[in-house]
Parts: sequence; structure tokens; C-alpha cells
Amino acid sequence: MDRLIFLTLDGLSRGAVYAAFALALVLIWRAARVVNFAQGAMAVAAAYVAYSVTAATGSYWLGFLAALAAGLLLGAVVDRVVMRHVNHASPLNPVIVALELVLLIQAVLGMIYGSQFRPAEVPFSRSAFTVGGLTVLSPYDLFVFAAVGVVVSALAWIFARTAVGLRMRAAAFAPEVSRLLGVNVGGMLTLGWALASGVGALAAMLVIPTELGLHPHAMDLVFVSAFTAAVVGGLDSPPGAVVGGLAVGLLLSYVSGYAGSDLTPLAVLVLLLAVLLVRPGGLFSTVAARRV
Amino acid sequence: MSATRAVAPPQESPVGAAGRPGAPRRRGGTLLRHLAVAVVAGLLLVGVSYAVEPFRNFQLATVAAYLCAVAGLTVLTGLNGQLSLGHGALMATGAYTVALCQNAFYDRGLTGGWLLPVSLAAAVVATVAVGAVVGVAAARLRGPYLAGVTLAVAIVVPALAVTFDGVFNGEQGLSVPVEPPPLALGPYFPYERWQLWVAGAATLLALVLLANLVGSRYGRTFRAVRDDEVAARLAGIHVARTQVLAFVVSAATAGLGGALLAVLAQSVSPGAFSMTLSLFLLMAVVIGGLGRLAGAVWGAVLLVALPDLSHSVTELFTLSPAAAQRLEGNLPLAIFGTTLIVVMIVAPGGVQGLLSRLGRAVLARWRARRS
Repeated sequence: MDRLIFLTLDGLSRGAVYAAFALALVLIWRAARVVNFAQGAMAVAAAYVAYSVTAATGSYWLGFLAALAAGLLLGAVVDRVVMRHVNHASPLNPVIVALELVLLIQAVLGMIYGSQFRPAEVPFSRSAFTVGGLTVLSPYDLFVFAAVGVVVSALAWIFARTAVGLRMRAAAFAPEVSRLLGVNVGGMLTLGWALASGVGALAAMLVIPTELGLHPHAMDLVFVSAFTAAVVGGLDSPPGAVVGGLAVGLLLSYVSGYAGSDLTPLAVLVLLLAVLLVRPGGLFSTVAARRV
Repeated sequence: MSATRAVAPPQESPVGAAGRPGAPRRRGGTLLRHLAVAVVAGLLLVGVSYAVEPFRNFQLATVAAYLCAVAGLTVLTGLNGQLSLGHGALMATGAYTVALCQNAFYDRGLTGGWLLPVSLAAAVVATVAVGAVVGVAAARLRGPYLAGVTLAVAIVVPALAVTFDGVFNGEQGLSVPVEPPPLALGPYFPYERWQLWVAGAATLLALVLLANLVGSRYGRTFRAVRDDEVAARLAGIHVARTQVLAFVVSAATAGLGGALLAVLAQSVSPGAFSMTLSLFLLMAVVIGGLGRLAGAVWGAVLLVALPDLSHSVTELFTLSPAAAQRLEGNLPLAIFGTTLIVVMIVAPGGVQGLLSRLGRAVLARWRARRS
């Protein structure tokens, strides 16, 4: 029983990060109809910026802010310099270009930092409190929950309550009409990429210290897990991404706790296939007509 | 916004045009032509294998192994429109099958020239089985979903080698015992030349089969499904079956390519079949031109040549050993990535697309001058 509670809490903490990362994927999918396969590599690049800043200044928080800023900037640059110019007539093209970006970013990171694992700092202790003999969350887990909670609510507020959010939704939903009504559609798209990439950078900052450490490939498996989370929730639904993220986190925690951590990649693949084959639109989808 | 769509090479006739009444069908001619090209290429390869040093022979053999996998992937992605990021994993399947087969043979004390073909065939069969499973799932998925699933396959399958280390021996991998060249070729026959012959023969066989498939009725249904699924279905094509077939064919060549790589390196380990390999294969397809078998040659050559080139480039600069090591592994990737993004945006037809456009322009000018 103790173990179950521990694994549940641990899974929720892991799931919160997947939720944030999945949310970033959903943001770009909704805005540009592109699954950003370069998201993991972009987030790792931001985490390396944090590593450099922290190493130079000695302050975790300066590094943290630098990572978020780098994430926002990288998202905008990727949209403006690369994605904007890709021919979207075939859905394969943006995927291929995103994968090329993965190669490029990982190669550049490898050239600058080398490919050994670097330890990532944490701002709070990762040793868990014990309450009445039960091992529960660590301060770091609470920090993860708080950070993800703040970001998710902030995004919800931006999209539901602000004029910019309304413009972004309009630009994604009906680009032509929005353009006629004076919305800067291109700008909104760039903003969407920047926001998503910033959220991805945050997720990388939160998840990398809990895994092996900083490495150009550190987010590969996290990306697949987050993609699974986004698919579980239906690629179109931000609340679905959050729920999907928590569900994937729980599943992975149980699998690694009860069956061995070697099996977690396999569990992700099985879950992804199962969801796609049984409910391709995700668990939260409404019935959608296939476009002919 | 240079071309209307990257996946449809411009010179191809639209679906159905090939079957219009009155158009002569040249099936026998096509087979003969492909065989002739293969024989010429084979003779050329034998000549080259005597002309160049052993290390180049080994490199050419590696090109052949990659070419096998790249050609299969270009048929799947370029002609059938299914994006697979999992071909590195399929290559791993072939490689591990060959390793297990060869080890099983040698443990039983069997020797002989027939072992390697049997192991290679077993590798193809095993990969076809895996490819059929993935292909059945893939036929139900579209676009980014398919890419995501195959990406997961690419990341998960190498990890399985560590999970089941009783069979696959974890990160260490397995060694692949291979027979020396047959004595009939003489006692001093270089081993690398023999490797090139084996890999070249297997790859040429696979290419001839692929080229015939592409030119046949099946190739047309592949393209029809890629261009418009609904129209293809209305024309009486079983879309899902076609997609599974394309995936299985492409898996078979990927398995053969992986098996050849294992035979060349005489070992397999999960590190050789990482996600990066899968991305590399896709990139080789893109740089050669999606759906062009001749383009696959460019891609495969580049996969082998780039690391070599960047090694020479880094030697031009005086660098600390650590910096040189970092550069050497990653510079080709960076160049590759940048080139590809530019290719994708500027010339979606790839190298072969550029070449054939150039060729047609020259031909048109020549004809204009003659008339």
C-alpha cells in the first residue's frame, strides 16, 4: 500500500511534466497543424543554455529564466526562419523538416558541449518528506506541481480571457477571415510557436534533473511519452493533454515500480499503439468527420 | 513555395494514364532493362573492387548495405506516402536475426558457403514479420500519428536489446561469425573485396526487385494511394492492403540492409541502431529525392562519405583532441541537417530531381537546336 501511494505520487509528478510537454505539442498542432517533432531537441537546447548561465553566474534561478527566454526565442526563430518557408501541401514535409532540425540541434549541442551526461542542478531537495511513516512528495515534486500548475493556468487565462489569446485562436481557426479583420496571423503563429517552445523548455528544466542528466538526447524518450500523452488526450485538446500527461506519468511509474524500469519504453509504445488503434482521435475526442 | 508538392515528382504521369487503352505495355522490356542495368552495375562493381584499396572496398560495401535500406524507405515514403521513422529498428531486427542465426550455426559446428545466404534470408523473413505487424498498425494511421508511432518504435526496439539481455547480450551486443572468402578465389583474396561482392550482389538483387515492383501494377497502386486515397478506393484499390504491402516490402529491404551491415561489421549492438540511424535513413531518402530509386544511391553514398569528409576537414584545423573529437562526430550531422533543411525548402525533388531537371533542360535545348 505504501508503495502504491509512493508510486502514485511519483507518477503524478512525472505526469505533470509530460502534461506540460504535451500541452506544448498541442499548442503548435492547434495553431499550425504541425506536430513539432523538434520540440524535444529545442527544449534540450534551452536546458543547455540554463546550464551555461548557471555555470557562469552560480545562480539556478538566473539559469531557469534564461532557459525560458531561450525557449521562447528558439520557438520564434524556428517558425520565422524554417517552418514558415516549408511547403505544407503534403503533411510529410513539416514532419521531415522538424526531424532535420532535430539532427541539426543535437549536432550543434554535441559540438559545443560534447555528448557526456552533465549533472543538472535542482533548486530544492529531491529527498521525500515522510508523513506518519509514509514516504510522500519531495520539495522538488511540489516545485514541479507548482510550476506546471502556474503555466497551465496562465495559458488557460491567456487563451480564454485576453485579447491576444482571442486573436491567436481566431488566427488558428480561420486564418483568412482573421486576416481580413486585421489580425496579424503570421505574428500570432510565431507567438504560438514561441509560447509552445517556452513551455517545452520549462518541461525540460523540470524533467532532466530527475533522469540521467543533461545530454543532447535527454528528451528523446520524454518526447515520445509526451506525444503519447497528447494522443491519449486527442491532439486537439489542451485539457486532454494535461489529463493524458498525468495518465502516462502514472502508467510509467507503475510499470517501472512493479515490472522494472527497463520496460517503460515498451509500455509507452504499447499504450500509444493501443490508443491509436482503438480510439485514434484520443480518449476525449468527439466524433469527427474525416475530410475527403 | 517552389513546387506544388514535394512528394509527387513532377515528371510522373498522373494515376491511370499508364493504363490508358492503346498504350503499349512493356513489362518484359522493363524486366530486361532492369536486369541489364544490374548486370552492368555488377560488372562495374567487380572492376572497381579490383581497382581500389581494401578500405574503399569496405566503404563501398557499407554504401551497398545502406542503399538497400534507403531504397526500401524511398519506395515507402516517396511512392506510398507513408513516413516511417522506424526503419533503423527494422534494420536492427535484420541485424540481430543474422547474428543469432550465424551464432546458432557455428555453435552446432556447421560450416559452408550456404550459411550466409540462409541467415540473410532468415533476417529478411524475420523483418517481414515485424514489418507486417507495424504495417498493419501503420495502415490505420495517417501523417503525424504514423510518424509518432514509428518514432516510438525506433526508440523502443534498441532498448529491448538491453531489456532482454539474456538473448541479445545488452549494450555489448553480439558478434557475427562470418566465413572467409571461398578458397576457389585464391588464398590471398582480400576479405574486404569479398565483403563488397556479397553486399553488392544482395543489394543489386533487392534493387532489381524493387525497380520492377515500382514499374509494375503494384507500383501504380502505391502511387494512387499516396496521391488520393478516396480516388484510389473508388478505382477499386484496396487501400489498407496496398499500404501494408508497401510497408512489408520496405521492411524486407531494411532487414536485408541491417543484416548486411551486421555481416560487414561482424558484430551488432543497440548503439549502432539508435534513433539517429532512422533519421539518417529518412534524410538520405530526402536528399536523393523522395521516391527515386536512383536518388537513393546519392543518399547512401552521402551517409558513408560525410563522416569521412568531415574527418578530413577537422584535420585541417589544429584543435585540442577533445574539441576535435566533439567536432568529428557532430559536424557531419550539422552539415547534413542544414543541407537538408535547405533542400527541403528549395529543391523538394532532391539531388536526383535536380539532375533529371537539368538533364531534361539539356535535352530540350539539344532538340531545339537540331530542329
